[in-house]
Order: sequence, then C-alpha cells, then structure tokens
Amino acid sequence: MADHWHRRLLEGRAGVFAIVTTIAISIGGLVEIVPMFTVGSGHMEELPAPYTALEVTGRDIYIREGCVNCHSQMVRPFRDETLRYGEWSHAVEYSWDRPFLLGSRRIGPDLHREGLLRPDAVWHYEHMKDPRSMSPGSIMPPYKWLLEWKIDPADTQATMRALAFVGTPYSDADIDGAEAAMQEQGGVIVARLAEAGIEASWDDEIIALTAYLQRLGTDIPEDEAEDVAEGGAQ
Amino acid sequence: MPDVAEHASSEIYDDEVTKKFIVATVFWGIAAMTVGVWLALQLAWWPAGLGIPQFTFGRLRPVHTNGVIFAFTANFVFGGIYYSMQRLLKVRMWSDKLSAFHFWGWQAMLVSVIVTIPMGMTQTKEYAEMIWPIDVVIAVVFLAFALNFFMTIKNRKVQHLYVAIWFYISFVITIPVLHVVNNLAIPASLTRSYPVYSGMTDALIQWWYGHNAVGFLLTTPILGLMYYFLPRAANRPVYSYRLSIIHFWALVFLYIWAGPHHLLYSALPDWAQTVGMVFSIMLLAPSWGGMLNGLLTLRGAWDKVRTDPVLKFMVVAVSFYGMSTFEGPMMSIRSVSALSHFTNWVVGHVHSGALGWVGMMGFGTMYWLVPRLWKRELYSVSLATTHFWTATIGVVLYTVSLWGAGLTEGLMARAINEGGQLQYPFFLDIVHTLEPFYWGRLIGGTLYLCGVFLMAYNFIATVWFKPRPAAIPQAAK
Ligand code: HEM
Ligand code: HEM
Repeated sequence: MADHWHRRLLEGRAGVFAIVTTIAISIGGLVEIVPMFTVGSGHMEELPAPYTALEVTGRDIYIREGCVNCHSQMVRPFRDETLRYGEWSHAVEYSWDRPFLLGSRRIGPDLHREGLLRPDAVWHYEHMKDPRSMSPGSIMPPYKWLLEWKIDPADTQATMRALAFVGTPYSDADIDGAEAAMQEQGGVIVARLAEAGIEASWDDEIIALTAYLQRLGTDIPEDEAEDVAEGGAQ
Repeated sequence: MPDVAEHASSEIYDDEVTKKFIVATVFWGIAAMTVGVWLALQLAWWPAGLGIPQFTFGRLRPVHTNGVIFAFTANFVFGGIYYSMQRLLKVRMWSDKLSAFHFWGWQAMLVSVIVTIPMGMTQTKEYAEMIWPIDVVIAVVFLAFALNFFMTIKNRKVQHLYVAIWFYISFVITIPVLHVVNNLAIPASLTRSYPVYSGMTDALIQWWYGHNAVGFLLTTPILGLMYYFLPRAANRPVYSYRLSIIHFWALVFLYIWAGPHHLLYSALPDWAQTVGMVFSIMLLAPSWGGMLNGLLTLRGAWDKVRTDPVLKFMVVAVSFYGMSTFEGPMMSIRSVSALSHFTNWVVGHVHSGALGWVGMMGFGTMYWLVPRLWKRELYSVSLATTHFWTATIGVVLYTVSLWGAGLTEGLMARAINEGGQLQYPFFLDIVHTLEPFYWGRLIGGTLYLCGVFLMAYNFIATVWFKPRPAAIPQAAK
C-alpha cells in the first residue's frame, strides 16, 4: 500500500489532486451543456412570439406565488397525458421561458395546455378566489389577494428590459408602450368578467395572471390544438 | 489514517467554530423540519395554509428545501469538516478570522433566505430560489471558506491526504462551479432577475445543478464525514483503501453526467436524456462501493453497534444511502420514470436519502462530537437510543406512505378504460385518493421531528446539567 500509485502520485500533492478533481467534475457538464448552445435544443421550428407585457407580468406573479411547486408545464408523449392535457410539449414552445417552469411535481394538474383547456377568464377569477367553487374538493389554497393587489407597469418595463438584454425580442417601442398594451389586453379580460357580473380593473394582478394562463400552450398549430384533450384536466 | 498516534488537542485546533456550527445545525434543523411538517399538513388538510400569502404551500416549500439543505445539512457538514480536517492534517485552520466570517456570513445568508422567500422573492429554480444579491453573498462566503480550506491543506503537517479530505476537496471545488453557472442572471431590480439561459437549456443547467447539489452537498462531503467519524466511533481502520480510490474517482466523474434523469420524456434532446440515464445507472456501482466500505469497516465491531447510539445512527444511515442509491438509478430508467416522475414516489426517494442518509449521519456525527467538544459525558444514552428508534420508524413510515402514494397516482393517471378513454379523467379523483397517504407521511415526519427535539434536549442537558467528569471522553487528536 505504501507504494500504491495513487498514494505516490496524488495523495501527497494537494494541488495536483485538486486539478485532477476539477477535470473529473467538468467533463460531463461540458459534454452535455455545450451542445445545447452550439447545436440548439431541437427542431428549428418557427419561434413563437414573446409573451406580451401583460402575460410576462402574469408570469412574474406565477413565479412569485410558487405555482411551479405544485404544477408542471410539461406534457409527456404518452397516450394518457395527451388525452388528459393535449398535445405534448415541444422545445420551441419554451423559447422565451426565462426561467423555465417545467416543474417537477404534479400535486395539481399540468398547466402547459391551460390556454386551450380553460380559456375562460371567469373560470380563473372564481378559481383563484375560491378553488373549491370551481373544483369541488380541491386542495389548492385560495389566492384572494390577487383580486386586490395591483400590478405596476414600471416593474413590467424593468422586466422587459432585462429580458430584452438577454435576447427576448422586445423592441424599445414594446417597452415604452407596455402600459397601453396592458390596458388593452387587460380590457378584454375585464369586459369578459363584466359579462358575468364581476367588477375588475386591468391592473388587478388576477387579470395579468389570467392573461398568462390563457396564453399557455397556445403556440402550436391549430389542428394539433383541436386534436386532443377530451378528458380535460379537471 | 485517523488512528495514528497523536498528541494535539483542543488547544491546538480551533474547535470553537465546530461548536458554533453544531448549535446552528440543531437550531436550523428544528426550524426547517417544522416547516416540512407544516407543508405535509397543508397537503393533507389545505386550510393549514391559514389563507396568508407568505404561508401558502408554493411559497413555503422552498423555505423547507433550502432550510434543510443549506441550513441543516451544510452546517453540520461545515462543522464536521473543520473538526476532522484539522486533525487529519495536524494543523490549525489557516485563519480563525475566516472561519468566523464563514460561520456568521453563512447564518446571515440563511436568515435573509427565510425572510425573502416567503415574501415571494424567488428565482424559482429548485434549491437555487435565492434572489441574486443572496447568491452573491453565498459565493463570497463559500469562497472565503474555500480559501481557508486550501491554505490549511497547504500548511499541513502530514504529507498524504486521507480519503475524507479527497471527498471534502470535491465538495469545495464543485459547489461554487454549480452555484455560479446555474445562477447567471440579469437583474431587473434588487429582488428580481432573469436567467441568461432560456427554455430547455435553462432546464438542463438547472438539473445539472440540482442533481449535483445532491451529489456534492448531500453525498460527497457526508461520505467524507463517514470516512472520518465511522472508523473513529468503531475504532477500526477503513475496510479497503483500494475500494476508496476506485469509488471516489468513479463517483465524482459519473455524478456530473446524471442530471438529465430529471428531464426524461421532456423536450430535452433524446441523446442527452439517454446519456443521463446511462450514467445514472452506472452511478449505482461507486455508490455501493462507498456503502460497502462503510459497512465493512464495522467488521468485528458489530457488538458495539448494539450499545452505541452513534454507531446505530451511522449503520442505518449508510444502509439508507445504499437503498436510495439503488432506487435512484432505477428511477433513471425511462420506463420507470414514466411512472414515477411528477409523483410522490420522487418525494419518497428524496426523503429516504435525506432523512435516512443525510439526517442520520448528521445525528450520529453530532452525538459523537458534542461530548468531546464540551468535554462532558452525554446526558442520556437511552434518550439518544430513543431518538434513534423514533427517527428510524419515522423514515420508514414516511417513505412507505409515499411509495404507496406515488404508485397509486402514477397508475391512476395512466389508466385507460376499454373504450380507450381515461379511467380517471378527473384529476381531483387522484388527489383525493392520496389523502390517507399524506396523513401517513405526516405522522412519519412528525415522529422524525420529535426525535430531533429529543436530541436538542439531550445536548442542552449535556452542556448545562452534566459536570465535567474527571475522565472525559477523549477528544480526537
Ligand atoms: C421532519 C421531517 C421532514 C418532513 C415532514 C418533510 C416534508 C416535506 C414535504 C411535505 C415536502 C414537499 C413534498 C411535495 O412536493 O409534495 C418536502 C420536500 C422536500 N424535502 Fe422534506 N421533510 C422533512 C425533512 C427533510 C430533510 C431532513 C431533508 C434534507 C436533508 C428534506 C429535503 C427535502 C427536499 C430536497 C424536498 C424537495 C423534494 C422534491 O423536489 O421532490 N426534507 N419535504
Ligand atoms: C446513485 C444515486 C442516485 C440516483 C441515480 C438518483 C436518481 C434520481 C432520480 C431518477 C430522481 C427523480 C427525478 C424525477 O423524476 O423528477 C431523483 C430525485 C431526487 N433525488 Fe436522487 N438519486 C440518487 C441518490 C440520491 C440521494 C443519496 C439523495 C439524497 C441524499 C437524492 C436526492 C434526490 C432529490 C432531492 C431529488 C428530487 C429532485 C426534485 O425533483 O426536486 N438522490 N434522484
């Protein structure tokens, strides 16, 4: 044992030991990660449009509330999953996802096709206020504060600027016009809620969150979108 | 080898820092596991979220995960490393100031984490939820520790590095690499930032980080502790030197590749999924190499296991390590992942590693250290034995409940009836079926937490009620 090569060559030389360790822990990561930048992450389909100002604000709320801790956004290519949720998830659909929100738990159902499964704003409004009113026996907590708290367009602009910096194609005009765009998209949702007798304002957090949920999973060709999801993830 | 004749003692080495880390471990362990029990209760009975934004499951879960990983686990790892490396290298830490900076900087960082995360300030990436200013603090504090660590090695009075030190080195090198690469982001404000990677690239980098946080924080440094404290407690030399060489290098090389087993059947390119799966399966071999080397070190000392709670904890810990590193590679097989991914089975796997391996190693190490550091006899061995049984029953109840839950939900989700339609089209049907399993896990987790309280009481009583005996247990030299 005294003259074992390992003892002779490495154990007495801490610097060499540290360098060899660094090499050993670097190889796997480099081999797997570098091709994601050089080759890309899959089929070069047409890129979807980036999230609108209101959607990206809703996404920030989804992040803040930690929805990802209970809901995945990743439909796997299995028969039961396409029956339950719809078309399986494509890499290109995640193009503007910073951070990614695939999730690792399904305490609640997958939400990647939510925009196709449940496009109605009224449903989301009632569900966030009191989940059990729409899903009897659900274990999701109520999120009443989303009905009261307000979004701040200045925060949205800061978000868009940071995202534009790392490559999301927001133009200066998009960023400057964020508030007007949010009023417009939010206005449509507010009008739909008014039909159901619900009073809301475009800058309520619930409106932004609804816009994000309505967007989810809609970036696929129409025929694929219609194809599936008869089960409906209730 | 730790059993060479030595003469130094606590006057030569800095043991104050280890004491502080142990106190912190007990404190954070109780806090983080109490939150775990609370989360478990919320799943069984949703009103336990109290309708308060900061206490909803989604916001609280990362308090638990980061708490147990970076507060409970990291603190006892640091404490154990400071204690053992000074003795293995026969030299005091290079800088006591850096050690103290490390300790206080780390605790301040942890306080900021438990304040910001419930407020909704999060990056969402699992185990990397901390906002960017905290990430900077983590990097600075850890690099201070790394500097102190390597300078101490440089100053060492023994030429050859013992196997425990190899594992510590891999930990100290790898953690900063993972942390920095995964957290590269552009700030939008003081509390929000957006990663430079997007979509599946971000997902791959996250799970390269996430799996190796398991590998290089929940595994390698604790194997290092095992190589130091298990032979000491058993008073036997390590079983096989050759085995430790092979399993060390295989482990650190293979671990890094395994991240994609978290993304099987996702939109990640197929080749990457396959590479991740193959390397995860290979990982079984070095993992079991470590387990065998630990268990076989006890040959001829099994009678001590019957009486010594330290060894009891360590034996069960190493066995759970073997179990979860068998289960993990199985779950990396695509067709198994198809069933287990997204279900409670994964959470069961996590906690058989976390409660069984990490927690029990931590307890065993601390039961060994506390009497030696405070120079008092342990207040009550029988209380420690009670803790051991509470913890063991707790883990078993926890994991068995969640295997049941995971299989049930996996099978229900995929069930297709004769008409080719979903057997359980309503997701809530699945949710309701899981309720009894959630209660079972809650009971298991509560038992485990009660054990930690027993330990805390035992330590407090040791330090405050026990006089310093004339013949104290010998501190390791
Ligand atoms: C009293 C003991 C504990 C209880 C009751 C408990 C409970 C929980 C609960 C309820 C969750 C959420 C599971 C879900 O998403 O459905 C969780 C997640 C987690 N816990 Fe614990 N926990 C305990 C101790 C620990 C310890 C000691 C560790 C680590 C050393 C740990 C590490 C984790 C991790 C890593 C996760 C995330 C799992 C995943 O993402 O799949 N827990 N725990
Ligand atoms: C050879 C060793 C191991 C392998 C190959 C392995 C493999 C896996 C696999 C396949 C998953 C499930 C991923 C998913 O479907 O979402 C997983 C999850 C996990 N494992 Fe292991 N495992 C190993 C050992 C361990 C040990 C010893 C621990 C704890 C100390 C551990 C902690 C975790 C954690 C925390 C997760 C949850 C990640 C998350 O979803 O948040 N693993 N592991």
